[in-house]
Amino acid sequence: MPNFNKTKMITDVTMHYCPGCTHGIIHRLVAEVLEELNINDNAILVAPVGCSVIAYNYFKCDGIEAAHGRAPAVATGVKRVHPNKVVFTYQGDGDLASIGMAETVHVASRNENVTTIFVNNAIYGMTGGQMAPTTLVGQVTTTSPYGRASKNESGPIHIAEMISTIQGPAYVARVSVHDVPNIKKAKEAIKKAFQYQLDGKGYSLVEVLSTCPTNWGMSPVDALKWVKDNMLNVFPLGVYKEEK
Amino acid sequence: METKMIFAGFGGQGVLLAGQLIAEAGMQKGKNVSWMPSYGPEMRGGTANCSVVISDDIIGTPIILDPQILVAMNKPSLESMQNMVVENGTIIYNSSLIKKDEINKINGINYIGLPCSEIALELGNPKVQNMPIIGAVMEVTKSFNEDDIKKAMLSKFGETKAKMIDLNMEAVAKGKETVIKGVN
Amino acid sequence: MEKKLMKGNVAIAEAAIHAGCKCFFGYPITPQNELIEHMSKRLLKLEDGVFVQSESEVAAINMVFGAAGAGARVMTSSSGPGLSLKQEGISFLAGAELPAVIVNVMRGGPGLGGIQPAQSDYFQATRGGGHGDYYTMVYAPANVQEAVDLVQKAFDKADEYRNPVIILADGVIGQMMEPAEIKDNDNSANYKKDWAVTGKEGSHNILRSLYLDPHELNIHNKNLTKKYEKIEANEIMFETAFIDDADIMIVAYGTTSRIARSAIREAREKGIKVGLFRPITLWPFPLKELKEAAKNTKNVVVAEMSSGQMIYDVKLALEGSKPVSFVGEAGGIIPTTKQILEAIELASKEE
Repeated sequence: MPNFNKTKMITDVTMHYCPGCTHGIIHRLVAEVLEELNINDNAILVAPVGCSVIAYNYFKCDGIEAAHGRAPAVATGVKRVHPNKVVFTYQGDGDLASIGMAETVHVASRNENVTTIFVNNAIYGMTGGQMAPTTLVGQVTTTSPYGRASKNESGPIHIAEMISTIQGPAYVARVSVHDVPNIKKAKEAIKKAFQYQLDGKGYSLVEVLSTCPTNWGMSPVDALKWVKDNMLNVFPLGVYKEEK
Repeated sequence: METKMIFAGFGGQGVLLAGQLIAEAGMQKGKNVSWMPSYGPEMRGGTANCSVVISDDIIGTPIILDPQILVAMNKPSLESMQNMVVENGTIIYNSSLIKKDEINKINGINYIGLPCSEIALELGNPKVQNMPIIGAVMEVTKSFNEDDIKKAMLSKFGETKAKMIDLNMEAVAKGKETVIKGVN
Repeated sequence: MEKKLMKGNVAIAEAAIHAGCKCFFGYPITPQNELIEHMSKRLLKLEDGVFVQSESEVAAINMVFGAAGAGARVMTSSSGPGLSLKQEGISFLAGAELPAVIVNVMRGGPGLGGIQPAQSDYFQATRGGGHGDYYTMVYAPANVQEAVDLVQKAFDKADEYRNPVIILADGVIGQMMEPAEIKDNDNSANYKKDWAVTGKEGSHNILRSLYLDPHELNIHNKNLTKKYEKIEANEIMFETAFIDDADIMIVAYGTTSRIARSAIREAREKGIKVGLFRPITLWPFPLKELKEAAKNTKNVVVAEMSSGQMIYDVKLALEGSKPVSFVGEAGGIIPTTKQILEAIELASKEE
């Protein structure tokens, strides 16, 4: 029987995430990967603005807090000064796909040798459930109270697809954590992303479909089912770009 | 005449709504009122509180640190806030969650136990557990009456939920009754 | 509309709509979210309503620039970090002389800071905020009804002077509920915007802030200065209370002025004669009026929800004529009635 051990890369600080939120799973996957790749003592985290703003309290490595959306620019600065360290951003949909879109596009375009973990739950969590750039058509949020309408807001942005069209990036994938087989696949993708950085091949981005039981107004179990039933067909999983 | 109050409890116990209805009832009475909530990141499982002022004069600070009335719906709120209550003030505590003999009482404060969950269960709807608070505050402060609170509910709930008002008013009456009976 | 118990954020949004503002662009940030949420709820249902949740505050203010240039009554709202991003657009609005109303529901800074109430953006709001020689009118409401009235007035003044107006509120004003009455107060018909870009046949209106010829830019700046002088001469608003027999004068604005009012009541019960001076316009600041009000007092206490920013304007107004002391808290901690009372008692003991 294998032992289920505590991940060394995660601190003992009690997480502030709501019950049933999948940030905890994704944090653990990233931490396990960092440990397995032996990069636990030379990693630098760039945290976003959003629910994971204080992710630096949970990862046992150096952390730097970026202004809203600017994590890729901050990561660029850090990486250029410390090219031999492993630098990664951990960003939500508002941070990465809305206010930070310019930085998101250009970190990929420069093929900056950093890794981005992009957590997409189709809503703004921290500020109370406003529409995100990845909100589905028809989805009700506090700023699309009648459902996201094609007329006023069109449809969601597809980050993995979009970033994969740029010449620069080495690895782009979309995964989900709504069930155990997918959690395993997500970990593989995250590991691959960091491996690309270790090999000096350039920018890697893993988009992770996630939940927000609180602002979706669902139980955690229903929220996982909602990912499967509603998000997977809008955001197809898979590897979108992979430099050989 | 100025009545300063704090309502505190777990998120979901309805303390913010109870405070709002009381402020609105004060407004219906023609008084100056303010309602100020604690606010934070949108997360589940936190605590909530609000300050309410009902006054004949222009209201100064809406943030209350020296209430005449504290409504504590859970033990952490009671323990962290009972020291703020002014001398001769009143603490209305949720006796469904806080046992009388567990309270470290402060001299010069009037303690009133209100079995909020039992009242709500008796009326067949756990959602009205915050309504007895209103009845108790009404009886203690006399700052507003049943008519004012009814008008406040009508304005707050809107036409669609207006049918809930009778049940809510029953719960309000039970809260008032508890204070009159002096059951602690 | 009858008097209703309303959250400050919601009341500000509703007041704007009743002042003819059917155009809103914004981005979520605490503690102003109810404002943008209410705008989406209302404007998306109006035939002529425009609501866009922009991708960033930079985009929001530039959407405001476009809509203002197109002749609409337009508003955006945010809090500290968002206001910093908006500074580019606010400078451009001032440069191109376009009317807009910008709401800042202040929270603690600097940087990401926190989300609890503060008054730490006073410098930014009252000194232009962005690059270049310019000012925006700054209104500081102290209660929900006043927020309603000032927002409606802001649209008229923005149109009258072709200048941005900032509503400088704070987390308390935004989150608090108080009774407010919102009247229909749409005076947009009084302001002819023949400078707007409307695509009318034969029109060649240009809205710009670029003047490559420094002489031309100098003249533009001199014209702006003349406008600002006119605003300073005509648009100052302030309030005093208990000032006639006061030995000590407290200067405070917004939420802090209410805490000061509570402290003044307690001080007067103790026999200390203390009064309140409350600027309502922070720019233009009531310099002469403050000095005049302080004439018969011994000293002045400034109370702020910051480390001390307005105090520089108070000192400027008093020109060294009175001793000035400060009481305040920053970072989202709200100064208490007791703290201000202690500052009053300390000042009363000074000779």
